[in-house]
Amino acid sequence: MTAKPQFRALDGRSGGYYGLLGILVVVIGLGLLAAVLKSAHGHYITGMDNQIVWGLPHVFAIFLIVAASGALNVASIASVFGRTIYKPLAPLSGLLAVALLVGGLAILVLDLGRPDRLVVAMTHYNFKSIFAWNIFLYTGFIAIVLVYLWFLMERRMNRYAPTTGMLAFVWRLILTTGTGAIFGFLVAREAYDAAILAPLFIAMSFAFGLAVFLLVTLAAYQWSERPLGDLILRRLKNLLGVFVAVVLYFVAVYHLTNLYATRLHGVETFLLLEGGIYPALFWVGQILLGSLLPLALLFHPVWSRARKVIATASALVILGGLAQLYVIIIGGQAYPLDMFPGFEVSSSFYDGVVVPYTPTLVEFLLGLGGVGLALFLVVVAIKFLHFLPVSLADHKVDPHHASRTDTVTASAET
Amino acid sequence: MSQKTSAPISRRQFITGAAAAVASVTIAPGVFLMRPADAGTAEGVRWGLLIDSNRCGDCNACVTACHEENGVRGMDRPRTDAQWIRKVELRDPDTGHSHSLPVMCQHCEHPPCEDVCPTGASFRRADGIVLVNKHTCIGCRYCMLACPYKARSFIHETLTDQAAHAPRGKGTVESCTLCVHRIDRGERTTACVEACHDKGNGAMLFGDLNDPDSAISRELAEHGGTAIRADLGLNPGVRYQGI
Repeated sequence: MTAKPQFRALDGRSGGYYGLLGILVVVIGLGLLAAVLKSAHGHYITGMDNQIVWGLPHVFAIFLIVAASGALNVASIASVFGRTIYKPLAPLSGLLAVALLVGGLAILVLDLGRPDRLVVAMTHYNFKSIFAWNIFLYTGFIAIVLVYLWFLMERRMNRYAPTTGMLAFVWRLILTTGTGAIFGFLVAREAYDAAILAPLFIAMSFAFGLAVFLLVTLAAYQWSERPLGDLILRRLKNLLGVFVAVVLYFVAVYHLTNLYATRLHGVETFLLLEGGIYPALFWVGQILLGSLLPLALLFHPVWSRARKVIATASALVILGGLAQLYVIIIGGQAYPLDMFPGFEVSSSFYDGVVVPYTPTLVEFLLGLGGVGLALFLVVVAIKFLHFLPVSLADHKVDPHHASRTDTVTASAET
Repeated sequence: MSQKTSAPISRRQFITGAAAAVASVTIAPGVFLMRPADAGTAEGVRWGLLIDSNRCGDCNACVTACHEENGVRGMDRPRTDAQWIRKVELRDPDTGHSHSLPVMCQHCEHPPCEDVCPTGASFRRADGIVLVNKHTCIGCRYCMLACPYKARSFIHETLTDQAAHAPRGKGTVESCTLCVHRIDRGERTTACVEACHDKGNGAMLFGDLNDPDSAISRELAEHGGTAIRADLGLNPGVRYQGI
């Protein structure tokens, strides 16, 4: 019989722990400083303007929000699909989901023109707006996952965990659909206005969330010197590879559909060939470095055994994801609106031209601050609560494993 | 003891009273907001513009007049300066023929900005004018992404010296109001239309699209007109001729 996984909080007294915490506090501080500067001077100190209304902060924010719902996957696989091997990792998965979402939302709120009116957003709703739905989807997600975590970690409530896990899983699918629909529902812009953006965002969330989860798990176990077996890592890295491939599939269908429609040839040429930074980010950032290279690394029979390779592949998936969101969010706005089909247009308001966008340090720091906040929450939570299993050695996660292989000894027992 | 005499209300009464007070304070603003936001607008009216691109000259009179009227001043930062109305030059690459026309908020019957606005700050009055409620706009700019006409601007810096009838505030979104302050005063023209007329072009016409006897309706009935991006089915209140 399999023993219940033992969880224990980190000691968190080492110089390394406090060093990490210190760095994250500084990053959060810089993010807040950026928000204060932007608030005091107005958005003109950023690279955003009346044409590119959403910029680099939104790339970070939407990455975090999309990754948040994906980070919950490991818990979902355990609770919803009954794979017990993932069970020990379920609490960390839920924690990461909440932390990433909070980080992303913090960026979004601080980038508002009037962040002080957050209470207005909480009291005035226009239910035709996908944004208004998202306010409910995001806060609901946090609430459901917190309850789910409680049920997972409180022995008396364990029996309710699968039902709550199912609710959280369905909710996260709707949530990411909502995030994709922010763009999918924009009828006037050629790069958006596509229902496939919703499933594409769901696939992206699977990949980005798992990549972040893998990196955090590897770091947490390496730095706390707790045993982490290859068995669980091998499963997770294979899963990451599958998710990356699924994203590629949806990206291919999106572009092929657009390429079939003559009226969309302009925007496709822009995004794939002639748009300067956007095709470069697409082909080199998203496809080559963010998809093909990680796929090769994750499925290479020899390389993929090394943890550094798995970590590198995860980091590449994250960078590729940021490149992908940059192309979707900013590339989609940079391409001019086709208000007068068949005419060449020009105006003092940048009609008919590709709008330039250069992100500024303020935007970068604001985005990074959100990432810092998400990681800060994780680092603090695993010190004070029992999120991390004491051991993820192969024989701990799968009791049958030791009988199948000779490589594992019981020496990792604590 | 003296407490007893000086506090004739019981605890229950106090709590009930306090609850009632809190409730009234909470509900009161709502009650006052129940007053139709468009008081002063006539029922059954739909204000609109008709722009004849063939008569539209090389001038910028409509733009200057609008921005003067509404206190929209540039900061010499073209990327972030607000433009409530702009002149767009069109050139047919096949024939080389070119002409220009002003583009502003098209005051759609089904405005995408209103659809996407999370707080309901973007709204359409009963008389068809699409506005931004400056008190509830949180500055998310989703409406700017959704607008097919790029008609909206975001205020990127602190503003001073505003026109009293056109409040503007840093961090909120704004666009053409169809000179709503004039309409609510009973005037039946906008700054841009007036300027175009004074300039002698007469390319712009303001009026009630729902009144078959109005000049704008008669002109549309006689010579027709089209909407920009008519394919989107938004039924804009601004119509064009000669595109």
